[in-house]
Formats: sequence, C-alpha cells, structure tokens
Amino acid sequence: MTPAEPHLYLQAQIRWHRLEIAFWVATLLPFLLFKSYLVLASQIAITGLFALSLDLILGYAGIVSLGHAAFFGLGSYAAGIVSKHGWGEPLTGLVIAAAVAGLVGYAASFVIARFRHLALIMITLGMGLLLHEAANSASWLTGGADGLQGVRMWPLFGYFKFDLYGVTAYTYSLAVLFLIFLAARRLIHSPFGLSLRGIRENPVRMPAIGAPSRAHIRKVYTISAAIAGVAGALLAQTTQTVSLEVLSFQRSADVLVILILGGAGRLYGGILGAVIYMVARDQLSGFNPQYWYFWIGIMLIVVVMFLPNGILGGLARFGASSRAKAA
Amino acid sequence: MNAPALSTRGLDKSFGSLVVASGIEFALPQGARYALVGPNGAGKTTLINLMTGMLQPDAGRIFLGDEEITSLRPEERVKRGLVRTFQINSLFPRLSALESVTLAVCERQGHGGAIWRSLPAYREAVDEAYAILLSLRLGNDCYRPTRELAYGQQRLLEIALALATRPRVLLLDEPAAGVPIEGSAELFDAISGLAEHISVLFIEHDMDIVFRFASRIIVMVGGSVLVDGTPEEIAADPRVREVYLGKKRHG
Repeated sequence: MTPAEPHLYLQAQIRWHRLEIAFWVATLLPFLLFKSYLVLASQIAITGLFALSLDLILGYAGIVSLGHAAFFGLGSYAAGIVSKHGWGEPLTGLVIAAAVAGLVGYAASFVIARFRHLALIMITLGMGLLLHEAANSASWLTGGADGLQGVRMWPLFGYFKFDLYGVTAYTYSLAVLFLIFLAARRLIHSPFGLSLRGIRENPVRMPAIGAPSRAHIRKVYTISAAIAGVAGALLAQTTQTVSLEVLSFQRSADVLVILILGGAGRLYGGILGAVIYMVARDQLSGFNPQYWYFWIGIMLIVVVMFLPNGILGGLARFGASSRAKAA
Repeated sequence: MNAPALSTRGLDKSFGSLVVASGIEFALPQGARYALVGPNGAGKTTLINLMTGMLQPDAGRIFLGDEEITSLRPEERVKRGLVRTFQINSLFPRLSALESVTLAVCERQGHGGAIWRSLPAYREAVDEAYAILLSLRLGNDCYRPTRELAYGQQRLLEIALALATRPRVLLLDEPAAGVPIEGSAELFDAISGLAEHISVLFIEHDMDIVFRFASRIIVMVGGSVLVDGTPEEIAADPRVREVYLGKKRHG
C-alpha cells in the first residue's frame, strides 16, 4: 500500500496497448496487400473518422444524435465550395471545413445541452433534415440534387496528386484519421474526458458535485462537429465531388449503426465498425446488390442481442475471461 | 456571532394543491450538527432540494452565510460550499471510486474542462481523492467500478463525493438508508469525525442515532417546521410524541 498506487492505476489506463500499435500497423496493409482497394480503404478511414466524432458525444458524454451527417455535410460542402471557387489547397480546405462545422456545432450546442434522450433524437434528426433541404434548395451554391461540380484539388503539399487508384487519398485520409485519433485519445484521458464520462454515467449527480455539465456538453459537441466536418471535407477532396447524400438521414443512421456495431465509448469502436460495415457492404452488394441491407440488419440485431457493448466490447470481455482462465 | 452558515426565510413550495413546504424559517449555525426528522412525506427531502437548487421555491429566500443564493443554479451553490448527498445512491456506476472522487476534486479545482494534460498529470487532485477514500476506508476497493462495490461502500462513496467538493455546509439525506444498524453507527462515526468547520444537517429516521449525533433536532410535519429544539426538549415535547415518536411506537 504505497501512495504511488493510484497513480500507477491511472497511468496504466492511458498506456498504449500492444493491440493498439498492432492495429495502426495493420492500417498500412492495404498499401501492400489490397492495392486495388485503396479507394475503399480511404472511404473506410473517412467513415471511421466520422464515427470517431460521434463516439466523443455518444460513447463518452452519452449524447444521442440522429443527425450527425449535418456536420459531415457542412464540412463536405465547405471544402468543395472553397475548391470550386479557386482554392484547391487540401489542408487549408480541411481547416475551413472544421471551422464551418465547428461554428454551426457550437451554435447548435446551446440547444443540445438542454435536452436528453428522445427529445435529443428528435432535435438532431430535425436539424439534419433541415440542413439537407436547405442544401437542396440552395442549388446556386451547392448544385442541389445534381451535386457540386467542378471541385478541383491541388496536389497535396503541392506534390502528391490525387490519383485514380487512391494512393494519395488513402495516405491522406489515414494520416488525418491518425492525427485526430491521437488528439481524441488525449482528450478522453484528460480531466475533461473524465467529466464527460461523468455526464454519461449520471447527469443528475454532476451539478451536485459542482460540475458545469452544460458547458462541458457545448465544448464536446463543438469539437465533435468540427471533426465530423473534417471527415466530410476529406470525402469531398478525395472524391472531388459533393452530392446531397453527405447530408442525408441515411448517413446519420449509418454512422450510428457503425458505432454501435463496433462498440461505443471505446475510441476504436467506430473505426472497427467502419471497417466491418464497409467491407461487408462492398462484398454483399457484389452478390446481392438490391438486398444487402438485409444482411446489415441481421448483423445489427445479432450484435446488439449478444454483444451489447458492440464487437469491441465483446472482444474485451472475451479477452478478460480467457486471461482469467489462464491465470 | 456570525450569520448562520445556511438559512431560509419563508420558503414556500407546492405542487398543484399539494403543499410540500410552507413558510419554512430555518437556520443552521456554523459548525452545527443538526438533524431533520419527521414522518414520510413531511417534506424533508423537498427542503434539501429547495436549498440546493434542485427545486425552485414559489416564495421565500435562501442564504448561504450572508449571501443570498435563491436564484443560483445547483452547481453554483456547490462552488460556494453548499453540498448534498442523496438518499438513493446517485453515483457513477461505471467509473471506479477513485475516478469518481478525482472527478469531483478536478471540478472543484476548475480543471474539469482541461483537455490537453492527462489525468495522472494532476497529481495533487489524485492524491487528494485517494486521501478522502482512505479516510472513509475505501482505499482497498477504490479501483473497482462503483457498481461492483458493496452497498455500504457505495453509501460511503456518496459522502466521499460530497467531501471532495470541500463543503462548508453538508446536507446528508438519510446517509445510512438501507445500511444495517451496526453499519449505520459506523457511518455516523465517520460523519461526526468531519472537520468542525463543516456545518452538517442530516435526515435520519433512527431516533437513537439522531439523539446521539445531533446537537439540535428539527421536526417537520406536512411541509412545515413543527418544532425545533435540543434532543432533550424534543424527547419531552408532547406534540412530537404525538405526531412522530408516538405514532412510530404504536405502529
């Protein structure tokens, strides 16, 4: 019983696990083994980043959203429109997209912080639909239902062109995903991250220990919106087009499914969910193009029934019980 | 003599036609140990909810020391030192006890919004949280998730969370609720061992404990204060015998 004990316990929680390092090394495999799938890999990295942004609010702070595509779409359009009007530099495009989505997220957060549960689902759903229709009708700006044409990206760092095979796209998306992941990992292990988990675990108790829950919620919602905006911008830049689909309800629902499949509140859940979901969609739509959602539906039901904490939660439990048996 | 640590003037609250607080005049001196008793539905918890800002009164004013706090939000009252615990455990089930108390310490120190440095970097906060847990004999189990702790330990964690906010006034809503008799005496030993500058008001049904630990007793019935006095006065008061003690004895 030494005074250092609580520090060792907390240090152990933030230490990098071997599996984490293995995971990030594995993200490089597509360059060697699946060269013809780099475009898909890039989309997976983008969706994983989008799911990570949702994880910060849903998995950590317990704030449900059924309209998170609003911020993804805002980022997409911001990056696309900037490029269409003559500024095709990718990195500043990301920054602009993050600022636009973050600003709208900050404004929305004043409403979000006042509600929970069902009311929140309805409000976020409503905001998503609202933005979708706004983009649809503002066709002078967004191209409306035809999509935004004329997005031309300059080479990354003035050198790496966005090629047809997705080499630059995947490198770029993966690097951005990794950097934002590092920041998110820092955030959740900070006192702020602990406060977010407090809000998720017991929103009633938080004010009783003097915590300004609403200010915390506004902060994390703004951060989450900005990250979703970056994900959207990556999609616009790597595909050099923006369609209305980026703001669709389908996209909001998909990212929620992906996060719950993978395991919310675990940082890696969204990325793992994106890998499984998008590879499954790619494969299933190959042999069953019309009905592939049937299989996704089954997968979702099975996972929620048998692995309430998602695939990652199930793996963690399996790992813990096999360690216990070995001991 | 200073102003009372906590006081109310003419506090009223009703839900529709149900009056839960009516004209409550209450004063808790600095460093006092007061008990709040009364039959179920007398409005004891409601009074705590009003004083801590979880309910807004229809009329009346609340003072913490000299400062009026009637319109402050709950977390602002906590920042000023008015802190409560809950009759039914209101904890963070999937956080460990150490994390929970560290959370409360960090929020008190204003680090709750700090994003960039990791939690272990806040060494003093962690040390303080651990010291609180040790003082309540939760040191050995503080790494386990709260939901896995024994019920009595969870009751202690309720108090640990409150202490982490460094209260000046502590309102304990049946701190020993659901704890077996022997455990509840132990729990109240911990409470009476609190620093003297902390003023304490506790709700408790066990009259033996009330008489042992309270210097003064406030009896509530039907949303108003029936009588308040020293334990001897309360024990001798015929009205109290009738509405509370008597009823309990015959029941």
